[in-house]
Amino acid sequence: MLTASYILFWILALIGIGSALMVVLARNPVRSALFLVVTFLTVAVLYITLSAQFLAAVQVMVYAGAIMVLFLFVIMLLNLSAPEALKERGTIQRPIALILGAMFITALIFSQALLEMPTKAAHAEEIANLGTVQTIGLSLYNPNLPWLFPFEITSILLLIAVIGAIVLAKRKLD
Amino acid sequence: MVPTHFYLVLAGILFTIGVIGVLVKRNPIVIFMCIELMLNAANLTFVALGRHFGQTNGQMYVVFALAVAAAEVSVGLGIIVMMFRQKETIDIDEVHLLKY
Repeated sequence: MLTASYILFWILALIGIGSALMVVLARNPVRSALFLVVTFLTVAVLYITLSAQFLAAVQVMVYAGAIMVLFLFVIMLLNLSAPEALKERGTIQRPIALILGAMFITALIFSQALLEMPTKAAHAEEIANLGTVQTIGLSLYNPNLPWLFPFEITSILLLIAVIGAIVLAKRKLD
Repeated sequence: MVPTHFYLVLAGILFTIGVIGVLVKRNPIVIFMCIELMLNAANLTFVALGRHFGQTNGQMYVVFALAVAAAEVSVGLGIIVMMFRQKETIDIDEVHLLKY
């Protein structure tokens, strides 16, 4: 049981990192989008291994469903899937980005927060129901917890996003 | 149970790949995808630490981050479509003025 979860984690981590790399390396934006779907799905399965079942379902629906459809729709609307549409020139950007990225990942891994993290983790029975729809709903809609008001504000945020997208994308009326 | 460190390091690697993508890519759609990658890595950190401490708070943050990501993508892709209509290109180096 112990090794099985480790093996699952390593497989998911390798698939996730590989497809994330392919998002950056692929020349065709449609391929980038499809590799991004793979990354989203591996993150969804990682959520299940972290006992966040509801978030895994939401991840598949919102990210792998809605957001990716939006991306593919815009790519095909702008007809950028042709490889000659946007050539990536070799510039000074690339080596600098690699050096900065290496420094960044080193700083993250050897950060104080990670090295001095409390080792005492929650027990397995404590976290068994952590991510069910019931637990999420009970804390999201509980007036005694700080999540109810942000939840209501989120609806206004989404309304603003809808209006903004329409205003931006509509053609001029003149 | 896989230790939380593993998840945090994985999230760090995914975040770094997103950062590098934002720095090197010149297609704003792919830059957006890399931003989504970074958001996902941050969400993974929230969920992993939420499990580590046995609290729901981490997953609550992810719910809101999802809503913000959806809003951000819809507005951002609207901006890209408008940019393409006005300039006939979406090369990020060609679009360096806030005012057109």
